[in-house]
Amino acid sequence: MIPIDLIQSTAENLMDKAAIEIPDDYLSGLEAAAHVEDGDLSAFVLQAMLENYKAAKEDRRAMCGDTGCPRWYVKMSNEAQVQGGPVALETALRRATAAATNGVPLRPNRVHPLWRTDHDNNVGIAAPEIEYGFEPAPGGEWIDLTTVHKGGLFGTDYRMLFPSDGIEGIKRFYLDSLVAFGKRGLSCQPAIIGIGLGGSKDACMVLGKRAACLRTVGDRNPDPKIAALEMEFKELGNSIGMGAMGFVGKSMVIDCHIEVGYCHTGGMQMSVHAFCLSSRRACARIWADGRVEHRTDPAWFTPYQRRETVEWPTALAAE
Amino acid sequence: MAPPAKIRLSTTPTRQDLEALRLGDIVHLDGLMYTAREGVYKRALEEQANIPMELPRESAANFHCSPAASIDADGSFRLGAVTATASFRFEKWLGEWFEKSGARLIVGKGGMSSATYKKHFVPNGAIYLTTVGYGTGALLGRGVENVEAVHWEKELGLAQAMWVLKCRDMGPFIVASDLEGNCLFERENAKIAENLHRAYEGTRPAVLKRYGETDDRSDELIG
Ligand code: SF4
Repeated sequence: MIPIDLIQSTAENLMDKAAIEIPDDYLSGLEAAAHVEDGDLSAFVLQAMLENYKAAKEDRRAMCGDTGCPRWYVKMSNEAQVQGGPVALETALRRATAAATNGVPLRPNRVHPLWRTDHDNNVGIAAPEIEYGFEPAPGGEWIDLTTVHKGGLFGTDYRMLFPSDGIEGIKRFYLDSLVAFGKRGLSCQPAIIGIGLGGSKDACMVLGKRAACLRTVGDRNPDPKIAALEMEFKELGNSIGMGAMGFVGKSMVIDCHIEVGYCHTGGMQMSVHAFCLSSRRACARIWADGRVEHRTDPAWFTPYQRRETVEWPTALAAE
Repeated sequence: MAPPAKIRLSTTPTRQDLEALRLGDIVHLDGLMYTAREGVYKRALEEQANIPMELPRESAANFHCSPAASIDADGSFRLGAVTATASFRFEKWLGEWFEKSGARLIVGKGGMSSATYKKHFVPNGAIYLTTVGYGTGALLGRGVENVEAVHWEKELGLAQAMWVLKCRDMGPFIVASDLEGNCLFERENAKIAENLHRAYEGTRPAVLKRYGETDDRSDELIG
């Protein structure tokens, strides 16, 4: 049984870390981009961002004043039991979100879409989002909490493509999205770009967003042909001629991650998601015996999450 | 390439101060700056509420921003990071706002169009400064010496309230328009557009177009 108080205190801690500490993988990615950037204004922007991450850590203040929309990814081992059950778990995550909004402080971004009601705590109807995943993990009783504070308004798009659009059509929509949101730097590039292919419309959005937010810089899709596409798309995005803030330059994409889902035979859904300069994610595994292990890699996409077949052999799960 | 020049600028600048600025210059601000976005504009312009500051004497710098901040039980403020929000959405209020506020600096994210600069900024002797990144919220937060006041917090909520910030060497900002209404982002976009066709080689437009993105109601959308 995983203690509920520990879940809430860990969640509060994660909110703080996500808002303040840039993950190492993204930081190295940005340093590499800054190294090759030769557009004078773009290069200045990247240097300012690197200084900004330092200032955030030194002062323990949020790295960006727009602290995005906090959301939760919860993954449980098959044997995990939470004290008080799933309702207590969701209450703890909502409480932690509200407490950290006031504590860090974060910007109370979440409002009612029509009445603009603001509870000043980032909690409301369907907010924060809480998504779930499960892992076979025989013999382990743990829960993984990941919070992502994704920048809100720009850089994400969806389009229903068709098999006849082919790779040329996929590339076209990818470039269109990067340029549209990259102009004037609305998507706060360079970013980790996540692409969802297939699924249904909602699943496609979910896959693309998770590809952007839950995979680290340098990680490759296990399908070698998709991995090659990821590399090609990173390169392509960086050859547009645009850099940070939409100035002349060559840094748009810190990394590109593609996730796929089986779709209707007539379609080829595609979504594009930019995880901005403030790539805020923090993760911890909480064990039933009270151990808490912090990390910045959510390690969400396991072989189990990408399973293709009906059965899941236990032998594989034990790996 | 030499790093761009860094200039200290008052939030109540003179015309000469602004004349000296070039597109792409890096600016740091000193003095009072207030936040005003849709909430403040609606209240001051549509509902004709009295602006609780003496403008532009106290400040001629309007920041399109909501800070990450909270108000403690004793009424004191805690301010962390400060980041601008995209300005293009506020165009419709700007003409009237300039008249009422006498602002000479609009500070925000992403700039506006040269058409807007020529129509509203140039006649009012104002320029646009853009934040950098745009995520340099922690650096900007460091430049806020004090929160002097938060107006209309009850009416508009924390995010839309009018925050009055005392700035000291607050930056960086980039000069995105000049007194003639030239636009830094349009200059950059034009340069980028020249070569964009290269990246687009080997791509193809989607077979099904989107309806409603043009005003052509007879669009067939396929092919
Ligand atoms: S999109 Fe830009 S302004 Fe918004 S959270 Fe990300 S870095 Fe900050």
